[in-house]
Amino acid sequence: MSGIGEVTVGPFRPERPLDTVEMMLNMGPQHPSTHGVFRMVLWIDGERIVDVEPHIGYLHRGSEKLCEGEIYSEIITLFDRLDYVSNFNNELVFCMAVEKLAAIQVPERAQYIRLILCELNRIASHLLFYGTFGLDAGAMTPILYGFRDREKVQSLFEAVSGARLMHNYFRIGGVKQDLPADFRDRMTWLLGELRRGVDECDRLLTFGEVFLARTRDVGNIDAQTAIGLGLTGPNLRATGVPYDVRRADPYLVYDRLEFDIPVGDRGDCWDRYYVRVQEMRQSLRILEQALGQLPEGPIMAPVRRILRPPKGEVVAHAENPRGDFGVYLVSDGTDKPYRVKVRPPSFCHLMALKHLLRDCYVADCVMVLGSLDVVLGEVDR
Amino acid sequence: MTVREALLLAGQLLGLLTALVVVVLSLIWLERKALARFQNRMGPMRVGFHGLLQPVADALKLLVKEDLVPTWADRALFWSAPLMVFVPSFVVWVTIPLAKEVVIRNLEMGLFYIVAFSILPVVGLVLAGWSSANKYAMLGSLRSAAQLVSYEIPIVMAVIALVMVPESLNLVTIVEGQRTVPYAALQPLGLALFLLAGVAEVGRTPFDIYFAESEVVGGPFVEYSGAHWSVFFLVEYINTFVVGVLVALLFLGGWTFPLVPEAAWLGFLWVVAKTYLVVLVMFWLRGTLPRLRVDQLMSFGWQLLVPLSFANIVITGFYKFYRWPGWTLTLMSLALLLLAGWLVYRRQTRPAAATAEEMLARARAYRRREA
Repeated sequence: MSGIGEVTVGPFRPERPLDTVEMMLNMGPQHPSTHGVFRMVLWIDGERIVDVEPHIGYLHRGSEKLCEGEIYSEIITLFDRLDYVSNFNNELVFCMAVEKLAAIQVPERAQYIRLILCELNRIASHLLFYGTFGLDAGAMTPILYGFRDREKVQSLFEAVSGARLMHNYFRIGGVKQDLPADFRDRMTWLLGELRRGVDECDRLLTFGEVFLARTRDVGNIDAQTAIGLGLTGPNLRATGVPYDVRRADPYLVYDRLEFDIPVGDRGDCWDRYYVRVQEMRQSLRILEQALGQLPEGPIMAPVRRILRPPKGEVVAHAENPRGDFGVYLVSDGTDKPYRVKVRPPSFCHLMALKHLLRDCYVADCVMVLGSLDVVLGEVDR
Repeated sequence: MTVREALLLAGQLLGLLTALVVVVLSLIWLERKALARFQNRMGPMRVGFHGLLQPVADALKLLVKEDLVPTWADRALFWSAPLMVFVPSFVVWVTIPLAKEVVIRNLEMGLFYIVAFSILPVVGLVLAGWSSANKYAMLGSLRSAAQLVSYEIPIVMAVIALVMVPESLNLVTIVEGQRTVPYAALQPLGLALFLLAGVAEVGRTPFDIYFAESEVVGGPFVEYSGAHWSVFFLVEYINTFVVGVLVALLFLGGWTFPLVPEAAWLGFLWVVAKTYLVVLVMFWLRGTLPRLRVDQLMSFGWQLLVPLSFANIVITGFYKFYRWPGWTLTLMSLALLLLAGWLVYRRQTRPAAATAEEMLARARAYRRREA
């Protein structure tokens, strides 16, 4: 094996010289399909995966520790940078935690604005998933379809919050500023566009023969194992468990809106994919209702600029596009939190990787990781 | 061979090389534009009119880029691998006619010569992967070996079934035999087999297993850069064009169908137009389909294409032996094609569609205060 440099291979057994040996393949952190800076060490026998060892930590920025040095209103910017594909949802959970601790009543209009933006963010995030998943499968068109529609959502975000990605728009007790005057018109137009876009995306990929061959019965996981590993969100619902925080523990005004919770049955890559596509449709339904109910009124509760919540601890969680995103907050009564702990859904999803990749092919490994839809920003924090 | 003949041949080869480079540049532009159309975007627009000079700019950029050789690489093999891929795809053009008179050497065994040479690039790919001293390259090159060797069989079988009709391996004779009806109408199954296996041979989507950017990051070429990489790139497009030309000549009637032009240049245009049409179909596939997995690729080849190609030979044999009218062959061929399509559809698409409906039915409705 002189030509391969320092190849790391498994034990060679001289008594069986024709047997193959395992090869160590280092996938990531620069590999294009590891969705950020994730590294997997694969032990492969030919194309089959024998063992996999995930490595995380390449994107660690110490966000939780940083939170302890900032006053409450500044921490929102740090939460933007956790799951950088669903920023509004992150901001929301932190604001909800502080509001719960300080017993702040958020005005009705602000709640609706938050809900609308969070649902839009869910669609944007799932569209990104759709695109990258298609790319993982080897199709190049999905990502352009996905981004075409995601771009329209981002433009609306820019109009509302002034930023395309790191919004810093939610405030403890409400939102930064009121919606732009033409918001309702833009939303109506956007909903139509998204509806068409999602349908088109669905038609392009979902029932394609090759796509089905690549995703059906690949990376199966049953409900029991999924719950045991702490899977949440679409990844859990793909196994048939209808757990959704919006329904199990309603926040904002979700209890006033009608929507379905799509669930899969096999828990394979295709189920995880299709649950997300269906979720986009449900989000559109929610958005239509919320837009109709959007009341007038104040957008901020009266909150002190330097907030000092009472001593105590609190947990808040919400349904992020990726799953159950939780924040555990300890206050010592000063203007800075004593401890902020984030419970990111993606971290648990990576836990399932070892289980999912058993006896897969190298090519499946990319698909499975893609179907889990992890964002390394919230895994490493 | 006199000096004059030798000079003429050299001139022809030089002209061929130039023509091929121009063809490749045009294909790159066409592919980028076609894909852009599929994807709701413009494609290259800045260099030249509608980006016409973009491939030229890209080629220049590639030529001036640094040509890196990894420290661990086997230098001699690493440098020679692109050549071993390039030469076979170049020499097949010696016998490919673009019109009745436009051919360098019209060999009696032309088709055999082409098929024989088309398997050689696999050696270059394996060498490239091996000498790169990179595990991804190694995986990719082993994949390419498996893929190219197994898809060679359906191609050869489809060609055998085809040459049974005109009873000749001479490409000009084969094309001239399609004056009344092109072989695509006689053997739709043969056309499908040849096109599918051809797409797999040149490694285009959905069979781009050995480049597989999202898995083995470019496969055998992962360590190549600059001019050496561009040779591989050149070869990929030349091979695409070869498949297009062969489909146009063998199945679509070349320069003879549906009307026989008097002038040779008109026939030439006919062939080129048909070729680009076939190539566009291949681009279309790339814009639509994901990639198969390596085991699925193998089972598709061995379990579906190989048996079908044998069946294709058998039905063509019946047609020739009993001197049945042509439409019987068409019918048998179509029936087999439909059967194969139905088999594929039954395996995945139908159950998945049923599951999807079930999933919608099971979506739990959320009502107020129900939770």
